[in-house]
Amino acid sequence: MTVTTDQMVQLITPTGERRPHPVYEGLIADLDGAALRGLYEDLVVVRRIDAEGTALQRQGQLGLWAPMLGQEAAQIGSGRALQTEDFVFPSYREHGVAYCRGVDPADVFGMWRGTSLSCWDPYDINMAIPAIIIGAQGLHATGYALGLKRDGVEAAAVAYFGDGATSQGDIAEALGFSATYQAPVVFFCQNNHWAISEPVGLQAQVPIYQRAAGYGMPGIQVDGNDVLAVLAVTRWALQRAREGSGPALIEAVTYRMGPHTTADDPTRYRPTGELEEWRERDPLARMLALLQREGLADDAYLESVTAKADAVAAELRAGCLALPDPAPLSMFDNVYAEAHPLVAEERAQYAAYLDGFEGSN
Amino acid sequence: MATTRMSMAKALNAGLRKAMEQDPRVVLMGEDIGKLGGVFRVTDGLQKDFGEDRVMDTPLAESGIIGTAVGLAFRGYRPVCEIQFDGFIYPAFDQIVSQVAKLHYRSQGNVKMPLTIRVPFGGGIGAVEHHSESPEAYFAHTAGLRVVACADSDDAYGMLQQAIASDDPVLFFEPKRLYQHKGDVDLDRALTSREPLHQARIARTGTDLTVAAYGPVVGTALAAAEAAAEDGVSIEVVDLRTLSPVDFDTLEQSVLRTGRLVVTHEAAVFMGMGAEIAARITERCFYHLEAPVLRVGGFHLPYPASKLEEHHLPDLDRLLHATDRVLAY
Ligand SMILES: Cc1ncc(C[n+]2csc(CCOP(=O)(O)OP(=O)(O)O)c2C)c(N)n1
Repeated sequence: MTVTTDQMVQLITPTGERRPHPVYEGLIADLDGAALRGLYEDLVVVRRIDAEGTALQRQGQLGLWAPMLGQEAAQIGSGRALQTEDFVFPSYREHGVAYCRGVDPADVFGMWRGTSLSCWDPYDINMAIPAIIIGAQGLHATGYALGLKRDGVEAAAVAYFGDGATSQGDIAEALGFSATYQAPVVFFCQNNHWAISEPVGLQAQVPIYQRAAGYGMPGIQVDGNDVLAVLAVTRWALQRAREGSGPALIEAVTYRMGPHTTADDPTRYRPTGELEEWRERDPLARMLALLQREGLADDAYLESVTAKADAVAAELRAGCLALPDPAPLSMFDNVYAEAHPLVAEERAQYAAYLDGFEGSN
Repeated sequence: MATTRMSMAKALNAGLRKAMEQDPRVVLMGEDIGKLGGVFRVTDGLQKDFGEDRVMDTPLAESGIIGTAVGLAFRGYRPVCEIQFDGFIYPAFDQIVSQVAKLHYRSQGNVKMPLTIRVPFGGGIGAVEHHSESPEAYFAHTAGLRVVACADSDDAYGMLQQAIASDDPVLFFEPKRLYQHKGDVDLDRALTSREPLHQARIARTGTDLTVAAYGPVVGTALAAAEAAAEDGVSIEVVDLRTLSPVDFDTLEQSVLRTGRLVVTHEAAVFMGMGAEIAARITERCFYHLEAPVLRVGGFHLPYPASKLEEHHLPDLDRLLHATDRVLAY
């Protein structure tokens, strides 16, 4: 089931023409040629990061990878709407958002390579570590937003989740709590049409954005493959939240063009033709068409974009391969914030065990 | 008796199929169990053969899966719920411990909860976090639930049918790192001729000490016994199979013969199954024990990043280290 309605916000047509909109057009009026080129570069770079992830997994360098292929505009559009003070609560597929937050691309790979459980210090980039438990982060974003409000900080929290996550109690509870307390939080749902093998129709009988009404907050559906529309809509929701007008739910309608993860086989469940249909709405092609229409994509620029993507890819590949295997005893670190006798005892016992092993060799 | 060689995943699939053929009230529920056949393919082909009413792809909500199954059970159905990975059972924890476990008791025996909750558990597969946990002790600690773990294909096939046939709720733990391990399965053996669901099994006889294990580490225990035999040490391996209740009688008999016990599991040792087993066996066999009961298992930490899991999980060397210590007393 493809959820598209008349209300869906779109600012670029699939063929790259600008589409006027009474409200949202104004919210991206500041974007000059350089900014538009910057957005396209972002799209290309994160697609490249993602492809590198898949390649590294295939080469045995990562245990697993969750590709974001097809969701670049949803992530760059929303990610570039954020300000430094805003705080992101992602799921496991937000590689593009992480890039916007300034995470070192190689750091994204630690979790997938199995060298550590997290990828970055949340306070360095104002982005929590990925949530693998579906929907948990919705409540965390709500609580963080409550904290922002109490502290009188004009910033917002953003929770990223998928269409499948909307079935979880945690997301329903987050929508309820945030509305009750008018928390400055934006719920950003990437409806990529699939939760592993389950089509969005198995999770929701109405378009997802409409759920917001029942909780007393605005819900907006946006073309998730249109980077300008996503940027405009997210700016709108963030601004509202920062100003104290409460939460909002954005449904970015997009498509997961790859498998759920590198361990998944979409040919078992994806209807024939669906992927091809969505390829025609490719978010990169659309932005490139717009740039070309507006005379912003000469050869030199396109070469510079490729060069940038090449450079990022080379750097992250080298960074990923250089991630050191953790020392055995490091697994006992950080179980608690304060000294804990049981952990200390087990660490000492295991250290002695390892030593004995070496001695016998 | 004709046996068929098949992987544990295929054996579980065959067990589900048989249970569904024999009882139309058996319904399967879970995420991705239909077209995809489950992420481990345990339900492969069942929706095609039994239809969407009996093999239900559910919305992505664990509390919803178990809570809805409770309602179906009220109505006389026998739901078999799949939790996709161990770490995702916690959203359903409240429904399991507050509702599933207690409804028979609270209703003075009037309401039956014949749910089977299948949980792929344990590590050793290089997964990301929340995909390698061993949550069995939480459930064994809750009265009203039965908890079991299979360790080979034949038991997987038989025990799953027994769990579904039980009028009590059963937490059915499947060692996910063994899904593709093959073993001989007797597809025709009557359920009644199998060890009942509350009974342990001597997986290998021995005289010097007993190793009690379940699920993924039964194989490790057998390998340790093999290795020890080369050094002239005779280890008896007890596959517990059932964690609530624990078959203390079988274990006690074994320890009375060997005088020594090591318990091993992947779950953290602290407050784990091994603690209960060590305490009870000490009580029962105090004058026969030649050494304290030792435990080998996970450490008191969240399941670590996969590059560290070989250190966290009990392996052959750690198990032999413990058996050496027990024998040295
Ligand atoms: C609580 C919980 N249940 C099940 C899973 C297993 N799982 C991982 S991703 C996924 C599908 C998620 O779909 P959706 O929310 O639409 O996000 P997407 O992966 O499409 O981005 C499932 C079922 C999980 N991670 N957490």
